[in-house]
This record gives sequence, structure tokens and C-alpha cells, in this order.
Amino acid sequence: MFPEDLRYTKEHEWARREDGRIRVGITRFAADRLSDVVFIELPRPGSTVTQMQTFGVIESVKAVSDLYAPVSGTVVEVNTQLAERPELVNQDPYGAGWMLLLEPSDPTEWERLLSAEEYRRLVGEEA
Amino acid sequence: MGEATTLRRTPLHAAHLALGARMVPFAGWEMPVQYRGIMEEHLAVRSRAGLFDVSHMGEILVEGPGALETLQRLLTNDVGRLRVGQGLYSPMCAPHGGILDDLTAFRVGEERYLLVVNAATTAKDLAWVADHGDQAVVRDVSSEMALLALQGPAAEVILSQLTPAPLARLRPFDAVPRTTVADRPAFLSRTGYTGEDGFEIGPAWEDAPPVWEALLAAGQPLGLQPAGLGARDTLRLEAGFMLYGSDIDETTTPLEAPLGWTVRWEKGDFIGRAALLAQRERGVERRLVGFTLAERAIARHGFPILRDGATVGRVTSGTFSPTLQRSIGLGYVAVVHAEPGTPLAVEIRGRPVPGEVTRLPFYRRPKAERPVAAGR
Repeated sequence: MFPEDLRYTKEHEWARREDGRIRVGITRFAADRLSDVVFIELPRPGSTVTQMQTFGVIESVKAVSDLYAPVSGTVVEVNTQLAERPELVNQDPYGAGWMLLLEPSDPTEWERLLSAEEYRRLVGEEA
Repeated sequence: MGEATTLRRTPLHAAHLALGARMVPFAGWEMPVQYRGIMEEHLAVRSRAGLFDVSHMGEILVEGPGALETLQRLLTNDVGRLRVGQGLYSPMCAPHGGILDDLTAFRVGEERYLLVVNAATTAKDLAWVADHGDQAVVRDVSSEMALLALQGPAAEVILSQLTPAPLARLRPFDAVPRTTVADRPAFLSRTGYTGEDGFEIGPAWEDAPPVWEALLAAGQPLGLQPAGLGARDTLRLEAGFMLYGSDIDETTTPLEAPLGWTVRWEKGDFIGRAALLAQRERGVERRLVGFTLAERAIARHGFPILRDGATVGRVTSGTFSPTLQRSIGLGYVAVVHAEPGTPLAVEIRGRPVPGEVTRLPFYRRPKAERPVAAGR
């Protein structure tokens, strides 16, 4: 449920290192808890995000939640598929349901993210 | 909500947990919001069938020689035209015309009526009805009667396996006061709040689990799914039905909500009639309208409705419609903006999202699927 190669935020985002860049999405736990995702507001490519500041909003039929940036940096790509197919977040949160690709501005921030083990413990307490 | 109060549980609580339901607090009850997903359950009801536990709703019996007079005085709709085995939907208004509750009233005997009321308003309704029921005996039977809603085009086929009641002869709002479902005594009516054909089944509180299990088993080959409050809300909104506490309440009248058809002026006096008549004569200032949005963003209760940048109303309900695949909602707007086709916007998190006033209901089930009344 929580891939070992990812890092996590306590707000339920995941981050994956890809050739110096960082891909971002929300965890399976968060997607399940939101239930059916119907709308996602994402920043434009070129805008900047700050670690643990909101970068967007995700809406399910029942709830609306903020999305938090795992690390600071510049948005180099957003998943434009999500505008038409937000359900990808439920179906494949770690794959086709990704949200942002970031060029990180502070490499030390990665170390402050939770490991899979730490996140699993956090979710265990919340569940 | 959120306080550390004890939530009440329906007789199906254990059944919901066994099905993996996500339970939430609702009107003082712990209720299933979803089992496998709101979207999936919603579409199951539209295409096949869904089974809801609505045992949290209140049931009030009004009986005796004064029962009819009491209800004629309390309700805006005309209970006098009900034969035994028929029901109707009606607001119950305060003297100023505001809606105290919306309910379904069934005539279950010559001088005996069953009111099915909202969970959150049951205590208030009971006091109000008892206060005005001089000649009638008013009794709260909420904790004696469970209520299951079997909804969807396959509902009749499923239920016909479990009851001797003549389902094919029942028209919408017809009821069978005493029959059996899965060999348990039960009230049964051709009603629901989803916009589909369907039935509501009221067994004794303790008989609810076996009836629930029997319905699920009989419906499984036909694609029946248990469905939660989440799907109930998206279904009723698509069908253009009001949610008490969100779309209508004591500050709104049936004439402002699209419930003018439930106000039967010709039946004689009733509580709220004078105020409603005055409102009709001077003209309503605002109206509850349906709207659709150009984006998938959801208009939540309380969001401003804009026309040319100015606030002209407020959202009362909004969701993403699983059937129409677009954002829909209800809200009150000044009457000059109430015409279908009027362009407007809803301010969602500070951003105006364009849309337009849309005729209600958003969804109407195909004619061919409506029940055919045999022999009438």
C-alpha cells in the first residue's frame, strides 16, 4: 500500500525522485479516504511551490482537501489528464494519478520527508 | 456534530460493518456513507438496484377520529384525498409559512396515518404534531419500525421474490400497510428518494437484519448493491429532491422552493396558509433553482451565486452528478435570475466558475422503465 522507494508527508502526499526531479501525488490511504475524486485544481507549469504549503485542491463527492507540496521548487509538469479523468487518483494513485513534477530548490528538504515505515505508523494511528 | 455525544445505531449496524461500510455521524446517528464507493453505488441504483438503510428516519402514527383533521391542519398537501393504501409527500409549515419538515404521509387505516419524517427533525415534529392533535392519538413508533429503501429498475423483480404483496399493481406512493417481506411482517410502499422506481420496506426493528440479508441475497444475481448516504445524496439531488436542513428549512417556504404543487389552497385552512397566500399575492422574491457548472468543481452549501459579478444568491446543495458527469447544484436566487438558461457563476474558493440555471430535475428516469399500473 505504501511503496518503500517513496517518501511521504503527514498530509498524505508522496514524493518520488526521478533523475533529480521529484514527482508528487497523494497516497492510496488518502485516495481511499476521500472516496471518488471528481475535481483537482493544480498550479500552472512554471509556478513555484513551497514545502508544506498548499499547491492545489482536491475534491471528492463528499469532501474538499488541500494538497501540500512535499518539497519546495518549480513546477515543470502537471498531469493534465486529471482534468478529464480525476478518477485516475483513485485507480492508480502512485502511477497514472500523479499530480506534479517538480524541480526541487532545496535538496535537503527531501530528508525531512517521512519514510514508508514512518508514514505507515502515522496512518496506523489515524485509521 | 463532532461533540462526544453517543451516536444512535440502527438494527443494521453490524451488517454495515460486515459489509465494510464507512460509518459517519449523521443527525445523531452512526450511518454508512458508502460501502464500495459513492459513484459505483449511485450508478448501481440508476442501472440495476441499490439497498439503503434509512432506519434513522422517524415514524409517527396519528390515529383516531381526529387524525384526518389534525393532518389537514398541519400539512399543506391534501391528505383528504388519500384512500387507505395511499401516501403523499408534503411540507409541514409554521404559521409564518416556513417549512418545519418535509415528510411522507400514508393512510394506513380508516382513521390511521403514518408519517415518515426526517431523522434530525423527529423530536421537533413529534412535539408539533402532538400539540396540534387534540382529538387524535399521536405516537412515536420510530424505534419500533426499521426502514429499508430498495431502489432502481430491478427493485420490483427483486422484491417480488420475497413478498406476497401485489407489487405490479402498486403505483408510485401506493402502500400496503400490512404484508410480509422475507416472511416478516412489514409495511411496504412504492416510494423512495432517488428518482428511480423503488420500494420502502418497514419491518419491525428487530426483524431488519433478516429482511436486509434476504433482499441482498435475492438481488445479488440482478446486480443489487448496498448503498450509503453518499449515493442517496447524489441521487436525490439529480432527481431535484430537497434535502431538509440544506435546501429547505424554517426560513424558506414551499413557494420559494419548487414545492408550490404541494400547497393545496382549495382544501381549506391549514397552518401557514395565510402567510403563504400573502406571499403568493405579493410575489416571491427568491426562488430555489437548479444550476449546472462548466467545470467539475463542486458548489458547496453557502457558496455565493453571482450574476455579472454581483452576489444574487446562495448555494444550498451541490455535487458532481455521476449520471450527467458534470457539476450540479441547487440554490436560492432573486426571481429575476431564476429563468432556465440564465447565465450565472458560483464563487468557488474565491474564483467564479461559470454556469447556468437549469430546469429541474437534472435527471428523469426513462419513461419505459416506469412502473406500469395493471388494471387501472
